[in-house]
Amino acid sequence: MIQLENVTKTYPKASRPSLDNVSVGIEKGEFVFFIGPSGSGKSTIIKLLLKEVAPTSGKVVVNAKDVTSLRSWKIPHFRRSIGCVFQDFRLLPNRTAYENVAFALEVIGKTKAVARRVVPEVLELVGLGGKEHRYPHELSGGEQQRVAVARAFVNRPLILLADEPTGNLDPDTSIEIMRLLDRINRTGTTVVMVTHDSNIVNQMRRRVIEIESGRIVRDQARGVYG
Amino acid sequence: MRVKYVLNEVLVGLWRNVTMTVAMIITMSVSLTMLGASVLMYMQVDRMKTFYYGEIEVSIFLNDDVDEAQKAAIDQAIDSNPLVRQKTYESKEQAFERFKVLWEDSPDFVNSISSSSLPESYRVKLTDPEKYDDFAKEIESLSGVRQIIDQRTLLEKVFKIFNSIQVMSLVVAAVMAFAALLLVGNTIQVAAYSKRREVAVMKLVGASNWFIQAPFVLEAVVAGLVGAVLGFVALFIGKVVLLDNKLQALTTILTPIPNSNVWLMLPLLAGVGALVSAVTAWVTLRFYLKV
Repeated sequence: MIQLENVTKTYPKASRPSLDNVSVGIEKGEFVFFIGPSGSGKSTIIKLLLKEVAPTSGKVVVNAKDVTSLRSWKIPHFRRSIGCVFQDFRLLPNRTAYENVAFALEVIGKTKAVARRVVPEVLELVGLGGKEHRYPHELSGGEQQRVAVARAFVNRPLILLADEPTGNLDPDTSIEIMRLLDRINRTGTTVVMVTHDSNIVNQMRRRVIEIESGRIVRDQARGVYG
Repeated sequence: MRVKYVLNEVLVGLWRNVTMTVAMIITMSVSLTMLGASVLMYMQVDRMKTFYYGEIEVSIFLNDDVDEAQKAAIDQAIDSNPLVRQKTYESKEQAFERFKVLWEDSPDFVNSISSSSLPESYRVKLTDPEKYDDFAKEIESLSGVRQIIDQRTLLEKVFKIFNSIQVMSLVVAAVMAFAALLLVGNTIQVAAYSKRREVAVMKLVGASNWFIQAPFVLEAVVAGLVGAVLGFVALFIGKVVLLDNKLQALTTILTPIPNSNVWLMLPLLAGVGALVSAVTAWVTLRFYLKV
């Protein structure tokens, strides 16, 4: 599903590479944590998978597509098979929960009729039934992140990328969001999560890949934060 | 749905920054008016050339003491010249008759002149007025010829004035167009900034590039089109008020500008306005949005 082959990424003006000759493979339906201290290069992996940045050398393969050689005009279509959740939710403040999710559908060409059928369903799935017409500022942090997860999942992507999705949430709310991601993973969606929340990693007991100074120092099938 | 979404975004975008939109439209319309005026001027000079070059005469004035032999030689030289299309002879008396008609408002002046003080002349129309120099060289050398006057040189002076007005309006058009381009670029940047959250989400969920850019580009195109229509209206009003009324005396000399030519400016200005705005907006977005 996801394949990194000898990937090195050096940002311009950086003294050392963010990722240094990293190779890792992730199978379909896996749930993987990337952990490591700030600046270790774990967020760079998310950016590479979205083709927000291109690797300095090496090969990135997502959904059997070689992302490295993907033409720039094909990137939008490629991103439709990937859902994304971020620490800062990235919701539109002037749109309700329903509209935020529907917006994601409409801008990729789905009709309003499709949105009316699919959006309530996915909001129900993330546990926001009855709060469809609240604006982001009327929702708690956890609820806002649920909207973001709903938006990422509404298109039924093959992969869900989560960049510190619990970074802004308290421990109890974080656990709820993790349950949600776990449920999404059980539908067959591959979940890749970048975090430095040791509590969560220890509770979930999923595959853990630890990165330090741009290198993989540990890859454990049912790991803990350590 | 998507068309409706894009159109709605365009209207909201134009309204959100209405002062900038107005500035953009005004500079655009002034620039396009100047462009239209200059193109009309160019077409006009062309029309006048074809009209007047058919009428242009070369006058060959003869010496007072010209004798019959010299006159016959001149007559013969004109007749045998291949450049000559038409020839008329004007005697002293005929010249005086014409003179009287020309100056009938000042009888005192006419009375002070007698037919003998006006020279005899040949009036010649050339097949190609541009070849005047070749013709003049041959006739000048003949004895009995006092002066050769080419009406074209008078006309050239008028055309020169036209040309410099045309160049001036083109320069103004270019300067205003530059200002308009900067305003379009700036407006698009402001629009893109105020919609940065939407754009970020759109990129994230994989909206196609054209879909992200279309509202911005169309916003500029609409402003460009409104500017073009205003510019056209200004041009039309200018034509009606200035040429058809205030300066009507001039137009009798200058051949009137046909309305069809003015109408032709509408698609021209609209095309230029829309295209220039669209390209500017698109280029700005490529730098600013990096989609």
